[in-house]
Order: sequence, then C-alpha cells, then structure tokens
Amino acid sequence: MGGLRWRLGVILCVLLGAGYYIYPPDERINLGLDLQGGIHLVLEVQSEKAVESKVERYYNEVKSELKSKDIRVRKIVSKGRSLTIQIHRENDRTRFLELMKEYPDFISTKVSGNPPVYSFKISNKNAEKIKEQAVEQALETIRNRIDQFGVREPTLQRQGVRRIIIQLPGVDDPARAKSLIGKTALLEFKMVDDTKNVSQVVESGEIPEGFQLLYDMRRDRGTGRTIKGRPYLVKKESSLTGNSLTDARATIGDRFNEPYVSITFDGTGSDIFDRITSNNIGRRLAIVLDGVIHSAPTIQERISQGQAQITGSFTLEEASDLAITLRAGALPAPVDVLEERNVGPSLGSDSIRSGIISIITGFVLVLVFMAIYYKLSGLIAVLALLLNLVILSGALGLFGATLTLPGIAGIVLTVGMAVDANVLIFERIREELRLGKTVRSAIDSGFGKAFLTILDANVTTLIAALVLLQFGTGPIKGFAVTLSIGIVASMFTAIFCTRFVYDSILSSKDVRSLSI
Amino acid sequence: MQLIRPDINLDFVGKRKIFLMFSLSLIVLSILVLFSKGMNYGIDFTGGTLVQVQFNKKINISKLRTSLKPLPLGDTVIQNFGSEREFLIRVQKSSRSTKGLENNIKIAIENNFGKDSFKIRRTEMVGPKVGADLRNKALSSMFFALIGILIYVSFRFRFRQAIASVIALIHDVLITVAVFSFSGKEFSLPIVAAVLTIIGYSLNDTIVVFDRIRENNLRSRRQGFFEVVNMSINQTLSRTILTSGTTLVAVLAFLFLGGEIISDVAFTLVVGIIAGTYSSIYVASSFLLFSYGSNESAKKI
Repeated sequence: MGGLRWRLGVILCVLLGAGYYIYPPDERINLGLDLQGGIHLVLEVQSEKAVESKVERYYNEVKSELKSKDIRVRKIVSKGRSLTIQIHRENDRTRFLELMKEYPDFISTKVSGNPPVYSFKISNKNAEKIKEQAVEQALETIRNRIDQFGVREPTLQRQGVRRIIIQLPGVDDPARAKSLIGKTALLEFKMVDDTKNVSQVVESGEIPEGFQLLYDMRRDRGTGRTIKGRPYLVKKESSLTGNSLTDARATIGDRFNEPYVSITFDGTGSDIFDRITSNNIGRRLAIVLDGVIHSAPTIQERISQGQAQITGSFTLEEASDLAITLRAGALPAPVDVLEERNVGPSLGSDSIRSGIISIITGFVLVLVFMAIYYKLSGLIAVLALLLNLVILSGALGLFGATLTLPGIAGIVLTVGMAVDANVLIFERIREELRLGKTVRSAIDSGFGKAFLTILDANVTTLIAALVLLQFGTGPIKGFAVTLSIGIVASMFTAIFCTRFVYDSILSSKDVRSLSI
Repeated sequence: MQLIRPDINLDFVGKRKIFLMFSLSLIVLSILVLFSKGMNYGIDFTGGTLVQVQFNKKINISKLRTSLKPLPLGDTVIQNFGSEREFLIRVQKSSRSTKGLENNIKIAIENNFGKDSFKIRRTEMVGPKVGADLRNKALSSMFFALIGILIYVSFRFRFRQAIASVIALIHDVLITVAVFSFSGKEFSLPIVAAVLTIIGYSLNDTIVVFDRIRENNLRSRRQGFFEVVNMSINQTLSRTILTSGTTLVAVLAFLFLGGEIISDVAFTLVVGIIAGTYSSIYVASSFLLFSYGSNESAKKI
C-alpha cells in the first residue's frame, strides 16, 4: 500500500487543526449552563395584552377627540380587541365617522340601534402586526436590560411566535435576574382621589367610573414575602407614563441613607409633569409600577425641571435594577416564565470534575481491557481512541458547540463504543490469520470486510443521534452533538489511522506475526 | 487472549423458541410493570418546580419537611440527593410569575435554618405548557428515530431485516423503560436521550450480525439458512461481547463516578446495553428466522 506520506500528512493536519481549535480550552470550548452555572429562561410574551393596551390607548384618544369635537356619546366602552360607541345625536353621524377614519387599525363590525351603536374591532391582520411588534420590542428591551445589567456573553433567541429563550452564563441570583428581565416596568403617574372614603369603596366594591383601586406593597417581617398593603383610589387614566423618561438613576438619599430612583423626563414629559404639579398642589400623585403603588407623595409645589423621585423601601440593588428597567423601557406586554433552569457555579464545577474523572476512568479501563485482549493491536486502537477524543474536542471548538453534562455522557459513551470499529477489524484479522493467511493479507481483508459493517452500524447510531439533535433542547442537544461527532471521528481514527499504523509497520520490515 | 473460542458453535437457532418465549415473557412482564407502576414523570414532562439545596452540615430531613409545610406548594417530594447534606425538593406546582416559587422555598429555609447555612445549587421550573410540548417532542423523536432506522435498514438490507431489527429495538426499549419504571427513578428529558441512544446502540449490534448473515449467505451455498444464521451469530459472538464489554465498562465508570445528576442516564444506558446485547444475539435473528417460518429454501437475504 502506497501513499504512506500522504496519509501521514492528512492525520497530522487533522491533529493540528484539532489542536488549534482546542487551545486555549477556556476560550475555545463553550461550556453549557449546567457546567459553568447560569440561568436558562424561556419566556412567553402575552402579546394579546399588547393588542388590548393599544385598544385602550385608542379608547382614551377617541374619547378626548370626541369631547373636543363636541360629539356627545351615550356610551363608549372598550373590551379586549373591540370598541363600542353609541353616539347621542343622529346628526353627529358624519362627523363621528370622519373622526373614526383617523383610526385605520379599527374595522367597523356592526351598526345597530337608534341612535346608532357602532362596534369597532382591531382587524386580525393588524392584531397580528401589533403582536409581532410586541415580541420584537420585548426582545429588544430585554436585550437592553441584560446589556446594562452586565452579563458576559448572554444569548437571547426568539423561539416560535411568542417565545424568547434567554441564557445568562455565570449569573447565580435567579430571583434577581428574573425580576430584572421579566418585569414589565410600566411606570405610571396617577392622581389619587382623596375625596372619597377608600375603605368604604373597598367594602362596597362600587368603584366610581373612571377610577380604580390599587394597592401598595409591604414586606411581611415574618416570612419576608411582600404582601398587599393599603388600598388607594386612583384615576384610571394615567397622567404620565415611563415612556416620557430620558434617564433613571439609583441614588442614595442624603437624609435617611435610603436608596431611591431619580428619573428625568423628556421635553413633553416635563411639560406634562409641570402642568400636573401646578394644577394639583396639595393633592396626592401615585407613582405606580406594574399596577402596584410605590409611593403617593403629596404635591408640595410646582415641579418644572422635569425631575422626580421614586421612593419606597428599596435596597440599593433593587433601586439600581429598577433604574435599569426604567432606562431600557417598559415591555410592550407582560411576559410569562414558561421554563427556568438555574445551576449554581459550585454544582457546575462539581459536574465538570466528576465528568472528567469518569471519562479518564472509562478510558483507562478500556485501555487495560484492549491491551490485555489484543496486546499491541489493542494499544494501537487505544491510540486511535485518544485521537478520537482530541478530534472530538477540536470539533466542539470548531463548531462552537456547547459542552453540557449529557454531552460528557456522550463522550463517555464514545469512549466505550469507538473501539468497536477496531474490535470488528481485529476479530476479522484474527479469523483471517486462523485461516492461515499471511499477516499482510489478513490485515488487508480484515479491514476490507469490516468496513461495510462498521459503516452500517455507525450510520444507524448516527440516525438516532441526528434525530436527537433535531429534538434537542439545550443539554440533550449537547449529548447528540458529542455522540455524533464521536461516531464520525471514530470512523476516521479506527479505520484510517489504525490502518496507517499497520501499513507503516508492514512497509518497514517483513512481518511474520502480528500482536493481536 | 480470547474469551470466546474461535471454533465455538452454540446452537442458538435450535433453541430460538425458548429465547423467543423468554423474550416474550420479558415483554409481557415489562408491559405489566409499566401499567401497574407507571412512570414517575419528572417536572420536564409534568411541569413543576425543583430545588436542589446543599446544607453546610447534616440536617434532619423531617425538619426540612416541616419548614416547608406552611408554603402552599401542593404535592411535595423531598429526598436525599447524593450526600446527607444535599436534598432535592420537587413540587408539582410551577409558577408563571417572575418571582417564582423557588424564592419562597429559599426564604422558608432561610427562616428555619439561618441565612448562610445552605446553598441553592440548582433550580428548575417547567410550566405545564412546556411540559406537554416536551412530552410530544420526546414521543415524536422516538417515532422518527425508528422510522429513519427502518428506512435505512430496508435500504441496506431488506424490509424483513428492517422489521426484525425494529422489533428487537422495541424489545430493548420496552425492557429498559420497564426497568426504569420499576426502579422508581424520575423520567426526565436526558432519560429520553439515553433511550434514543439505546435504540442506536442496540441496532449497531444487530446490524453486525445481519451483515455477517448476508456475507455468509452469499458464500456458502451448501448450508441451509438456519445453519448460516447460527454460524453468523457464533462468528460475531466474540465481537458482540467485547464491544458490549468496553461500552459497559465506560458507562459503569460514569454511573459510579459521574455524579448524582447524570447517574440515572448512566443507569438507563447500562440496562439498555445489556438488553441490547441480549436482543441482538437472540431476538433479532430468531425473529428473522421466525418470519421465514419453516420455509428453509427462502435463504436470500
């Protein structure tokens, strides 16, 4: 068999290539979250809520437009995706329809009664558009928040229509990370109505039109959990929202050393805030975050510089996280946590250690087994196995694949299975030798006859591994990756490389017996 | 060194009815176990929350239980995990809120054992919707793996062989899953991966035997098909046992040294490898012969 040099060249190239992609291992080999510790989150954007809040916004706009155009209405109701308006006077009809033309997102679904009741609905097409935007915007906002939080190499990925997969390596405070990412962070300023007796409203359950009941939160000293606090009767319509923010910073107060968040409004926001404060001196303005009242200070004086403070019993950490979420902006719709997996760094390093120990132990056991059973040939096979592991690691580096704990299981399995090709070949060679063939021709036909068997056997395992790859979420994918690479690499090392070793031995001298 | 004498000639084929009966009773037993004991599905499939907590020193598990009693957690399982300081808390409930149940669990433990007396090493929460998704994916992946293998084997051999090997596979998977069910271990996503690997592995063995049958069949026109099959099993016996041996050795190392989290995967692999080795020696070929009935002349493969 010629071409020894050429084959040596191929093997060296592969070895060098693998070495290049392994070194330095810390940078080249991506460790999965289960090995390096970190948080894996799957969120689902409740995008229907984005449609509803758009309808709510239109509702407010339409209402004030109607007022300013002096079109009187008997009733105007928004519910889910629909808006129902009954005008008071028949002869306002043209002007009303003219006005509604400004809102092309709505399609008219029904007109009935006298005076006429108009029903509008967000068309399905537009609703889908709004939902799509909501998911995109949520992804963007979350990315922003994570960037500001400062996570090394986070991954954010959209999955399907409404889901977002987030991976934060090295983060080991899941509660904090989740509240930072998943908080809607809708900041609203709402006027408190102190003219009515709140406890009476709570008792009777009769909330006046245009108002709502909101609560503040307090921390239960016993359990440490936050629970519902006092009720407030506030205006449903918010005077100002977090959309008008340009900046938010966590600061520590001079007087009580209490952390708070100072916010700065943009131009329009400052004007609105100026107007609210000057018109309502002596009344209370509630600062509402995600439907919970943080504080409701009494307006002492007109504030025209466009600055405000959010106080509440924050820790400094909470204050700075809140500042981040406010800076990054509110999520267009709330998100649900569908799945969460979090591994602490100590468990990760434990797993790496025991993984490496078991790979080495498995390897040594196989080595001993092969050396006893096949002597020198067994050692050649083990050498091939070693090469296989090097290629496997190199391939992980090359493809940027992630090594997970099940991935280590895949490597261990590879250690056990990769020698199979050599076992098949060796058994064949032994058979041929028993038939009285010379060493050279026994090796020739041993490799030749075993080849198809090895191919068939490996392809079937590969099929199972590839299905896994398709199916896989994180860790399982890692298993499929190492298993697939291991199988393919074993074809190269066990057939090509061991054959090369035999051929070089045979070419240098006349071999009469084979250590097998 | 040799474990199996080269001139070995055990009569596998002649005793195939015994093996088939044995396998059949194993399968019946497996199905009985599966139906009576069922699967202990993990949170991957049912949805729920899991918290792995490690204390600085030994603690009493019943104290841990009482400390979590006041929480509205529903079905809760608390068990030792690996060492006496480490516990796994499994709750049927999952929470959609970003605050999370695990935080409440953490606070409850803090209040009872002190703030720095423990570490939360791992938490997992799977919502019910995702659980259903994962379950469907797991089932469809098994299905597609089997179909893919069926196609490949029919292409490389014949449909009859493909059917025989898939039956051997189902045999292996069934037994593995039944042993798993019997052990009461938790059926999770990585276990699905392990079972799929068993499918690939067991087939690997079967293919080697079939391959030898095909080769011998072309060569020896004098022998009957039964004889050829028997000879082929004997010839590959040494290889089958060796490869299973090395694989088993590696996986056993993993079972004992790989750590608690992955030990169930290793356990599944061990069971599957044993079942797979048995089935490729006894079941696949026996079924192949069975499919030909007593028609000895049908020896094309």
